Amino acid sequence: MLWYTGRRVLQMIPVFFGATFLIYFMVFSLPGDPIAALYGDRPPAPGVIEQIRAQYNLDKPLIQQYLIYIGNFFQGDLGTTYSGRPVSDVMAGAFPITFRLAMLALFFESVAGVVVGLIAGLRKGKWFDASALVVSLLLISVPTFVLGFLFRLIFGVQLGWFRTTVSSEAPWGELILPALVLASVSFAYIVRLTRASVADNLNADFVRTATAKGLSRRRVVTVHVLRNSLVPVVTFLGVDLGSLMVGAIITEGIFNINGVGGTVYKAIVLGESTTVVSFIAVMVVIFVLANLLVDLLYAALDPRIRYAK
Amino acid sequence: MPSKRGQAHFVAELEDTPVAPVDRLDESQKARSTWADAWDSMRRRPMFWISSVLIVLIAVIALFPGLFTSVSPSLGCDLGKSNGGPEAGHPFGFTRQGCDVYARTIFGTQASVTVGLLATALVTLIGVVIGSLAGYYGGWLDAIVSRVGDIFFAIPTILGAIVLMSVLPAATPTSVAFVLSIFAWPQIARIMRGAVLSATNSDYVMASTALGVSRFRILLRHVIPNSIAPVIVIATVSLGTFIVAESTLSFLGIGLPTSVMSWGNDISQAQTSLVTNPQVLLYPAAALSITVLAFLMLGDILRDALDPKARALR
Repeated sequence: MLWYTGRRVLQMIPVFFGATFLIYFMVFSLPGDPIAALYGDRPPAPGVIEQIRAQYNLDKPLIQQYLIYIGNFFQGDLGTTYSGRPVSDVMAGAFPITFRLAMLALFFESVAGVVVGLIAGLRKGKWFDASALVVSLLLISVPTFVLGFLFRLIFGVQLGWFRTTVSSEAPWGELILPALVLASVSFAYIVRLTRASVADNLNADFVRTATAKGLSRRRVVTVHVLRNSLVPVVTFLGVDLGSLMVGAIITEGIFNINGVGGTVYKAIVLGESTTVVSFIAVMVVIFVLANLLVDLLYAALDPRIRYAK
Repeated sequence: MPSKRGQAHFVAELEDTPVAPVDRLDESQKARSTWADAWDSMRRRPMFWISSVLIVLIAVIALFPGLFTSVSPSLGCDLGKSNGGPEAGHPFGFTRQGCDVYARTIFGTQASVTVGLLATALVTLIGVVIGSLAGYYGGWLDAIVSRVGDIFFAIPTILGAIVLMSVLPAATPTSVAFVLSIFAWPQIARIMRGAVLSATNSDYVMASTALGVSRFRILLRHVIPNSIAPVIVIATVSLGTFIVAESTLSFLGIGLPTSVMSWGNDISQAQTSLVTNPQVLLYPAAALSITVLAFLMLGDILRDALDPKARALR
């Protein structure tokens, strides 16, 4: 396990640098000058552009710029937003809210997804299974923002069960509706994944052995089938973090939540590309780290993974 | 195994298993390909026909929107009818700008479908070329390509697209498709690489090598056709997800410019009058979801037919 962990961490290093360089490169080296974009249609005074370019180290070679940026990144200096606040500051304020939202969404999608998927998998071909499949397909094919609008309209405006916008402290209760929206697509994928893997495991030899041993059906299902079916779900949660981040940008935008996603949403709408990049760079880093964690967890759950390669 | 209750072992009746020389090959019978088998299993499923009919219909709407409505979607909008309900000739009512919702939904098909198709074609092309070269030739080529793929894979598609789209000037359906495929190709490349790796070790490849067929020709004639099935399944599903991605980018205001009619733009603009006039949101959203649903269903059926072992992952 230690050997495996070490190898995975080493493999992650080039991915981390490559991914952050890619994002840096896209923003600062492609046609479409971000500094000129600051000024819109009217060009600024001649010296100003050079001054700003020097301030952001844009006059140096690309590799050097990137190294300065990544050096600052590791020291916690993520640059400043257009209004002059340090990005790290904004992030510190916004992160706890997004964390609460993500925890709620993860809770909804994994608990409800596994339960529905398990029942559907156990009753493959029956009406519950068929309707679970149809609902999951529908949830996947409706974009998150449409679902967000609909939920807000139905539960917020017409039924009045929830507030349509979340206050700045974002208490747990107000985050329930946005978390349901955020969880919807992943819920659908988890249902499909759990269902397929439960149906698969029901035919496995170890389940037949357990049944033949005389274990009750309840015990066979909870201990043998469910536990083994959770392995692919855990891996999915790692990959899913990426769509959860995108979902957070949209959901927090719609419900006006002052979290990380809401900040990115506003920055995108206002065209503050440097803020967008800093935040997304941090998100990509979190994504890479989370997937490393999931890989390790996966290897711990399923010994075949670590000895296979 | 079929067995009757109370029967210890199942033994087939003799007439069920006619004795025949094991090496006799009926050469008059045409060899059945994977595709013929897949077609046989697909055409029995009603879902296949439902999704196919939907996809053909959507394609016709995208190509010839004029066939379905005579109302102009952008000219002749009447502000006096702003947010108006359905009336004769305008079954879906009017937008905030007084434009016909039905006509806009019909004409919005083209941009959304173009992005989905183009992005899928690009991703499949890049993924198949890179994945098969890496899997087939191995060595340093594989090492480099796989590491580069890991880097792109580490950036979630829409997050990467948000960064690129927010710095690129005016977007077109083509540029949106390009941007999406930049971050989405590693998935296909990985699947293709795995499939090519397992196909390379099969007997027919060895047989072709023994017959003196060149390596590259084996790749083109045998390895790729035999490993493309899982890629086609994923490509079908991703066509739907690209359409959703385009609408998400348009919703954020960094996708297609508002002058281009697309479902994403219409849904995004509908949010201002959502409470008073939800139909402005519902119709383009329904059109988008039906399109995505059609491709998801077709992907599911293709998966069952071509790749029975694959689980219902994305």
